[in-house]
Amino acid sequence: MRGFLLNRLSQSLILLLIVSVIGFVVLNLLPGGPLAQFGLDPGMTQDDLDRLKEQLGLNRPLWMQYLDWAWRLLQGDWGNSFRDGAPVLSVIGRHVFATLLLMGTSTAIAIAIGTWIGIRGATHRYSLFDHLATVGAMVALSIPTFWFGLVGIYIFSLKLGWVPAGNMYTIGDGSVLNYLHHLILPSLVLSLVHVAIWSRYMRTSTLDAISQDFVKTARAKGLSERRVIMKHVVGNALLPMITLAGVQLPSILTGALVTETVFTWPGMGRLFLDSLGYSDYPVVMGLLMFSAILVILGNLIADIAVAIVDPRIRLG
Amino acid sequence: MTERTNSKSNYSRRHALRLMAIGGAAGLIAPNLLGKPAFAQNPPASPTGRVVVGFSQEPTVFNPLMPHTECDDAVHFSVFDALVRMDPKGVLQPNLVVEVPSQDNGGISEDGLLWRIRLRDDVRWHDGQPFTAEDVKFTLELITNPKFRAWRTAGHSLVRDIKVVSPTELTWRMEEAFAPYLSFLAETFMVPKHILEKEADPNAAAFNQAPVGTGAFKWAQRIAGDHIELVANTDYAGEGPYLERLVFKYIPDMTVLYTQFKSGDIDLVDQAFITADNYAEASTLPDRVVMLERGASVESIYLNLEKPQFKDPAVRQALYAAIDRKAILEGLYYGVHNPTETFMPQNSYYYNPNLPAQEFNIERARQILDEAGWVPGADGIRVKDGVRLSFANSTTSGNHLREQTQQFLQQTFAEIGVEMTISNLPAAVMWGDFWLKSQFESAISGVTNVIAGDPDVTNRLHTKAIVAKGGKGSNTGQYSNPEVDALLDKGTRTFDREERRAIYLRVQEIVRQDLPFLPLFAYANVFGRKEGLAGFEANSNTRVASWHAAGWHWKD
Repeated sequence: MRGFLLNRLSQSLILLLIVSVIGFVVLNLLPGGPLAQFGLDPGMTQDDLDRLKEQLGLNRPLWMQYLDWAWRLLQGDWGNSFRDGAPVLSVIGRHVFATLLLMGTSTAIAIAIGTWIGIRGATHRYSLFDHLATVGAMVALSIPTFWFGLVGIYIFSLKLGWVPAGNMYTIGDGSVLNYLHHLILPSLVLSLVHVAIWSRYMRTSTLDAISQDFVKTARAKGLSERRVIMKHVVGNALLPMITLAGVQLPSILTGALVTETVFTWPGMGRLFLDSLGYSDYPVVMGLLMFSAILVILGNLIADIAVAIVDPRIRLG
Repeated sequence: MTERTNSKSNYSRRHALRLMAIGGAAGLIAPNLLGKPAFAQNPPASPTGRVVVGFSQEPTVFNPLMPHTECDDAVHFSVFDALVRMDPKGVLQPNLVVEVPSQDNGGISEDGLLWRIRLRDDVRWHDGQPFTAEDVKFTLELITNPKFRAWRTAGHSLVRDIKVVSPTELTWRMEEAFAPYLSFLAETFMVPKHILEKEADPNAAAFNQAPVGTGAFKWAQRIAGDHIELVANTDYAGEGPYLERLVFKYIPDMTVLYTQFKSGDIDLVDQAFITADNYAEASTLPDRVVMLERGASVESIYLNLEKPQFKDPAVRQALYAAIDRKAILEGLYYGVHNPTETFMPQNSYYYNPNLPAQEFNIERARQILDEAGWVPGADGIRVKDGVRLSFANSTTSGNHLREQTQQFLQQTFAEIGVEMTISNLPAAVMWGDFWLKSQFESAISGVTNVIAGDPDVTNRLHTKAIVAKGGKGSNTGQYSNPEVDALLDKGTRTFDREERRAIYLRVQEIVRQDLPFLPLFAYANVFGRKEGLAGFEANSNTRVASWHAAGWHWKD
């Protein structure tokens, strides 16, 4: 186990290095840059822009900027946002709760419903339910989430008035009920896609498990179909899902890019889009490293979890 | 002139203004269709209620001296004060000063080099400390401190020898006479010396996250990515505030911004306002007031005058005559914006309304080109002295309205034997060196030509502002006219408002004649607010709707 972890750690560090170099280079190759927003400001002279460029250290060669950034990061200094001047970690900290709340809820909904649909679809293969679930999943996967979001707002907020048209809470009202009320629509909209993914994987995985010899054996022993499914099929079918959960774990903290914008949700996804729009290099790099670390952690946890659950797998 | 008579005349002028304001208010009440009694318009005795203002960009810069964009202005105007403030008519009014300095009242010397500022004595910072001339000196010196990441330094860089005469008076010397500086001071908000002088690095000061000003509203809190909350400053020295709370809410999508206005989540739509395509529907919403407010920005076709196609004035005149502006404005832009003949904002005191109006006339356009000797070639495109009348037009790709405008222009230009090709670029590329260093042939751009409401356009139209020729500025069309240069130079040295007005009216005449760019329209913004929000006034000499939240209040 220790060998496995050390091995993983060294792999991860190399991965982080590669991600940071590529991220830094691509970010700097994008035209514009942090001062582009002032290009059309009639009061900003070229002298002002040159001065700011120098003050922000953006006139140095790219490799020097990268080494400076990386060296500070190694010392625990993630830098400060170009926009509001706050430390990057505190900027991330201010947005992470909103995302955790939204993505956590929608992922929980998706796992519960998706698993159920997947199992039922597999055990009732080619039934009306299975066909509907298949078509539904295809629709949910083909149509962009933000479109569902806008339609949802139009119907349930503007026409029916059941739920608020976006925002995380009503300003001046911080009650739990208020948060839940605002959470309903965006979390359901976001979970649509995840239900679709989750149910498709679960269906395949369940079908796979049903065709195994041990299921035939269980049936031959005369166990009821319900017992066969619950005790022998589902447990085995869930195994591959742990890996899927590991892959999805980071998104719980990194957020949904477009959906957060449509629902005016002050989360990480929107922070990323905004920071990219303003070429706020320190924040974008910070978010990139944050996501990369989460992806590595998510996979690591999934691998360890699978090893614990499945006695056939040993880490080494 | 003596001091006494000056202040007296100043008083009477203010008195007259006050009378005019009362007359204006009466005018507003008279057509009150809802039949509410006139006293319902009166603001409450103590601050009550809350207004939520929606923005499509997030205010993030709270130190008003650091680089920021429009939406941040709303926070600055509410939390801070400047020495002077530009009113909706484009006239400077006192804010922290007792009187706007001028050559008449002795605040500015005859040669424009010596300035004397007299401050109010009843202003306090939000933490209770008195505001004094030391704060003004500190603010102006911080802007030019090389360690500080300051926003605009134009004008400030000319200030020398700031001397504090008394807590309410200071003087300085200008390196050269620069009249626009007075307007620039309207966007220079004062920051507290006693807080910022203790900071080793003003760029990273705690103040920048929780500002302390002298304005009508005090900083309460910021929920990053969501909103900023301000509370009433009950000790405010000026008028108001009448609201207990003021919230600036960030709504990142223009469609959702409008949706939340419709649903009532926000009380007022600020930058970037309601989109033109929603104007018609918005006007029909119950309990909402939707207004078209003239903006400062002008949409034009910029011609790169160093390209051989555009050197002949006849070509520019012919192209201008071949633009069906009415069709573009009404067919594509929902009839929201206004035709204009000049770069000057239509609400400016210096706007010239007497310029010849453009007329769409294909026949006339052809005639102009014929007379100038541009002869159609084998392919129907006109040629003169080996120059084909063909050019590329560029703008931000993905801007659908501009792309449709281009296609429309392409057709009418083809009718007069001119070939226009479309070559659009992503915003960051388009407005980078391609635009700034005049690498385009022609471009469609919406440009705000004036700074802080001042009529000086040296930066846009002076020969010395052509970057491609080694100058400094944004004269990207490379317009060069010695007469305009001389007038602009004179304008920056002239302090008298009427004299300045004559200068800029003339500049607009010459530019209309030379047509260095072809004006398409002056932008209007679609403002929307709840019907019950009183005391609201639009001001196109500022960049935001929330420039004077101190005067807002809810009707009973």
